Amino acid sequence: MMDIILNASRQTLYMVFWSTLFSVILGFIPAIILTLTAPDGLRPNKIVYETLSLLVNIFRSFPFIILLVIIIPFTRLVAGKAIGTRAAIVPLTVSAIPYIARIFETSLRETDPGVIEAARSFGASDLQILFRVYIKESIPRMLNGVILLIISLVGYSAMAGTVGGGGIGDLAIRYGYQQYKTEYLLVCSIILIVFVQLVQMLGNYLYKRLS
Amino acid sequence: MIKLENVCKDFGDLKVLKDITLEIADHEIYGIIGQSGAGKSTLLRCINGLEEYQSGHIYVDDVEVSAKDTKQLHLLQKKMGMIFQNFNLLERLDVYDNVALPMKFWGINTHTPEAQAKIKELISLVGLQDKMHVRPKELSGGQKQRVAIARALVLDPQILLCDEATSALDPAITREILALLQEINRNLGITIIVVTHQMEVVKQICEKVAFIKEGRVLAIGKPEELFIRPTRDIKAFLHEDSELLPDNGLNIQLFFTDESSDEPVISQMARKLDIDFSISWAKLEDFRSNVYGSLVITINEEDKDKVLDYLDSVNVLWEVLD
Repeated sequence: MMDIILNASRQTLYMVFWSTLFSVILGFIPAIILTLTAPDGLRPNKIVYETLSLLVNIFRSFPFIILLVIIIPFTRLVAGKAIGTRAAIVPLTVSAIPYIARIFETSLRETDPGVIEAARSFGASDLQILFRVYIKESIPRMLNGVILLIISLVGYSAMAGTVGGGGIGDLAIRYGYQQYKTEYLLVCSIILIVFVQLVQMLGNYLYKRLS
Repeated sequence: MIKLENVCKDFGDLKVLKDITLEIADHEIYGIIGQSGAGKSTLLRCINGLEEYQSGHIYVDDVEVSAKDTKQLHLLQKKMGMIFQNFNLLERLDVYDNVALPMKFWGINTHTPEAQAKIKELISLVGLQDKMHVRPKELSGGQKQRVAIARALVLDPQILLCDEATSALDPAITREILALLQEINRNLGITIIVVTHQMEVVKQICEKVAFIKEGRVLAIGKPEELFIRPTRDIKAFLHEDSELLPDNGLNIQLFFTDESSDEPVISQMARKLDIDFSISWAKLEDFRSNVYGSLVITINEEDKDKVLDYLDSVNVLWEVLD
């Protein structure tokens, strides 16, 4: 039992780690574009903002389990196969990108407009304002968003079990639920609770340190 | 010198600035006063190019402030430091890094001994040498504004723009900040433009003031001239339109706007003309530590010519009130 659970934990960590990393990197780009082109942004552009915003909304409204299935061809293209722990990173990342894009956009746009105006008054360029003001001031808020993302990716990774992703959630369903092995269900749940708690505690600590 | 010629600005249908013309001399502390929504903050933002204007011209040292030439505009912005009502400091930077920030925007290396010395010197100038590495949230409002002032001075500006800089501060702290601005004006020779709705600010530091209402300049002058002998609009702004004066006798208002306020004009007049009159209303105000005032005396009709001649002979401005 220990081996099975350890292996599943490793798979969960693997899926969550890589999908968080990829989605944060890839979600950052639309977040920046949304922030810049928003009505209160540095380069307001209604068409770009509305289009990208709609796209983000469309991807966010897909139930994960459906997204998982319909992007199988894409998953195969990227990961080389459609099944397995590594392949599961693709749908997890795809579903997390719009989520993190929106969270980062909100974080960035919460920057005090007065501070941005002050920077402009000193002759800062848009790029300088983006990096030295927007991003710099938003780091704690964005970090909070990443913590939220990690926690929901733990949940989603359980569903990724349906495409052979494995992991703790998958183990709980297959062994614990379908085979009536309550002890698996119990241990898996405890591991997940502890994991989420630890992530949240780490997040709170970092938020305090950074802000 | 800053020169505004017929500046007009609108936000869509809303005309915010209507034909503003004024001149601000070097090393002057110039006030722009008016109610909220009068357009004074917009005017300030047009001066340093944060806002564009539709027609007219704004020149800073004979260079036009215009968004057409962004490079030139940036250079102009470097000449003008700005402080704000809400201080607008970066929460995640400490005092030192907040002050250093404009240097970074200009690609100035902040790690050289000269740059470090300069930043520290400015922080000492505003009296925060013991708060060098404290974050803004641990500072009081007055201290935050001091940081903002140091930050606004770090690029060696010739002009300091203050947008309601004391409006969020209590009266005692306001006086301290104004004293600091006056010191900066005196010691560094920086021109200061103060936008405010607070009469106290204008009275304490401004050498010249423009009174703005609904996007128009209604009056320009020395504060003591404008406010001791106010026009109807300024009276309305000051909320002092109703003075209760006696009905019998003739009311004459006297204005003391120069040295005459030091002379015992009233008692001398009573003695010299050998008449009696009553003092019905008086106001004394402090402008940049000089006392100016206004007085209403009620005299008998038959003494009118005598009194007015006397007042002219001692150079006191007067006005007969109906």
